[in-house]
Amino acid sequence: MSADVSNVSGTTRKFDRVVEILEENGRNPARLIPILQQVQDFYRYLPEEVLTFIATSLDLPPADVYGVATFYAHFTLVPKGKHSFRLCDGTACHVRGSEHILNALWKELKLSAEKHTTEDMLITVETVSCLGACGLAPVLVVDEKVYGTVTPEQAVALVKEIKAGEENG
Amino acid sequence: MSDPKALLQHCTEEFNNAMKGATRRIVICAGTGCVANGSMDVFHALEEKIKAAGIDIKVLLDYEDAKTPDKTEFHRLSKSGCQGFCQMGPLVTIEPDDVMYTGVKVADVDEIVEKTIKNHEIVERLLYVDRHDKNRKCKSQHDIPFYKQQTRIVLKPCGVFEPEDIYEYIANQGYEAARKAWCDMTPETVCEEVKVSGLRGRGGGGFPTGRKWEFALKEKSDVKYVICNADEGDPGAFMDRSVMEGNPHCVIEGMMIAARGIGATEGYIYVRLEYPLAVQRVRKAVADAEKLGLLGNNVFGTGRAFNLHVMEGAGAFVCGEETALMESIEGRRGMPKPKPPFPAQSGLWGKPTIINNVETLASVPYIILSGAKEYRKVGTESSPGTKTFALTGHVVNTGLIEVPFGATLRQIIFDVGGGVIDSTGKISNDAFKAVQIGGPSGGCLTEEHLDMPLDFDSLRGVGAMVGSGGLVVMNKETCMVQMARFFMQFTQNECCGKCLLCREGTKQMLALLDDIIAGEGTQETLDILDQVATTVAKGSLCALGKTAPNPVLSTIRHFREELDAHVFQKRCPASQCKSLAKPEILADKCIGCTACARKCPVGAITGERKQVHVIDVDKCIKCGECARACKFGAVVGV
Repeated sequence: MSADVSNVSGTTRKFDRVVEILEENGRNPARLIPILQQVQDFYRYLPEEVLTFIATSLDLPPADVYGVATFYAHFTLVPKGKHSFRLCDGTACHVRGSEHILNALWKELKLSAEKHTTEDMLITVETVSCLGACGLAPVLVVDEKVYGTVTPEQAVALVKEIKAGEENG
Repeated sequence: MSDPKALLQHCTEEFNNAMKGATRRIVICAGTGCVANGSMDVFHALEEKIKAAGIDIKVLLDYEDAKTPDKTEFHRLSKSGCQGFCQMGPLVTIEPDDVMYTGVKVADVDEIVEKTIKNHEIVERLLYVDRHDKNRKCKSQHDIPFYKQQTRIVLKPCGVFEPEDIYEYIANQGYEAARKAWCDMTPETVCEEVKVSGLRGRGGGGFPTGRKWEFALKEKSDVKYVICNADEGDPGAFMDRSVMEGNPHCVIEGMMIAARGIGATEGYIYVRLEYPLAVQRVRKAVADAEKLGLLGNNVFGTGRAFNLHVMEGAGAFVCGEETALMESIEGRRGMPKPKPPFPAQSGLWGKPTIINNVETLASVPYIILSGAKEYRKVGTESSPGTKTFALTGHVVNTGLIEVPFGATLRQIIFDVGGGVIDSTGKISNDAFKAVQIGGPSGGCLTEEHLDMPLDFDSLRGVGAMVGSGGLVVMNKETCMVQMARFFMQFTQNECCGKCLLCREGTKQMLALLDDIIAGEGTQETLDILDQVATTVAKGSLCALGKTAPNPVLSTIRHFREELDAHVFQKRCPASQCKSLAKPEILADKCIGCTACARKCPVGAITGERKQVHVIDVDKCIKCGECARACKFGAVVGV
């Protein structure tokens, strides 16, 4: 079945990993969430044609798969930037001024509440619910590294660091 | 090994043997907070420098090597889970010297090795200094006021054990309670013991755990499930994360006892994906327990099965609600279902299921091991035992704490927390305004509640709840209407959309609060807000909706004056609501230094040098830069 779909889309290689993930999870519909997590880890987002492919493979209506993919905050249907800035907006971070950091990042990267990723697909800025590092509020996670008691100036400095790193290869 | 007692004994001996040559133990806190502050860099630097000093150092205990009799002395360097004092991290403790260093940086490592490791001297400058008595340095953990005022039962091992070493857990009586439950007790006596202990669910509701188990035990079914709810989503709470990171085996052991109590053969740990370290540690712990035959198809050689699975959530707060959580495990959108039927009757895949929170399960081994009577010695009559809280916000010592039920807010905030800080970070106990307890489902407590003993029932009586245990301290510069809006925004975002009252009600409440903050509130706004809040609380399907109005109701109840000021005087007493700001330069304080005029991004401030300046309110965008620039406190109202 997998071969058919892949041939139709003409991108055989693209689905190889998806098929592997489906196999690893025994094509079990109950494992839909772990499957989507693994697929997203691979693509950095959930492309629509992949969702349809998964639905067919698991014998689920595409609407169900789409429903799950849009219900959970972790899943994204649009591509994200190469680097992620995740700003905690839990209570502790909020009362310690996370909003100022967000505004500084938006200003620096020309982003807004509607636009989360820079034009060049380099950086995505998101707010996330509590990361559980409240003792260090406000907290900013850049890619996988956690920064505590961050100031707006430090956040902007981190952006510049990443940009410089990219320019120098 | 078929004899369970012998198996645990064997693991204990292995550990003790491997530790025999250890003359020193250096423990570095590797909780999320300390790691963010660079504790792993300190860890590696210590390992390297101690090695370079010619001292034999071991990070991982070599259980094979331990069998050789001619053991030499060595230093043990290990990680621990969160020790709670996150703000002062990275934390390094050294035994038997009984010293705790705080705020350790890589640059301090040379001195630690040179003085403490080699010569048993103390590096004074790395000791914690009492914030209230600058001359008092605290040498060991129990000298530090933050720790001295706590009763750490659940959290104690988190700061000591190497969380990834199952042998160390076993050597400290680990899995003995599970052995007792599986080999020496019947399901009925397990449930009875937990019931008598009076243990109540730590996840929010406070339902008696033993009774929940009894319901599930009575059900006849070929398959039953135990689920550990580790979807700790309340903003401002991180107790469960710390327990999973610091003592994952304790949670597994609690689940094994629960499984024995109700006759379950399968279990799930549902962990938030925002906690990658917890996921990793729990996964390893499960694998290690399986290897020893503590989990699997033949638990302790009894012929009975208990298989444990770890599942990561995908970022939905509502999945902390038990019926939604089960939907999520089954691979669907996490939407709650009406109760009854209760999970104990028909839960995961329609089978009897019990769902307990991490901290609840982590309390169980102690109860089985020490007995219900011993457990009841701490806490209050209706809420026995201890409770962990995540203490954060405008407080001197932020971090993870554990106190007996019945402790007062005053003890927690001022004794353990060291007092309240103002916006400049100075200790100012007059600055205390409120404490938010129980996250978006909870409420605020004020000065009048400072001496009330905290337990499940006393809190419910004043319109708050223990919730999962987030305690966010707020100073006088916090606007309570903004706080209510913050929580409403949160629940509105996280509402699953299934039932109308929660879906539309949270949206309306948010809009009404926005009106008030924008200065467009009237008496009617307040009336509708009150009405909607009461209706949503009564009519929503699940606990998320039922408790969503709590922050609003709590603000109406305890901060009526502040709310009224926003509505009727169009004034924000905490000067946080921009739309209500009325910026003004006080003529008697302004010296005409021009600092404010130079900072103003829109040129709204005019005035000659050494003359009183004036703000053009129509031009002003209320950014507050002028007030921050003024050194004389002349700019007010913004």
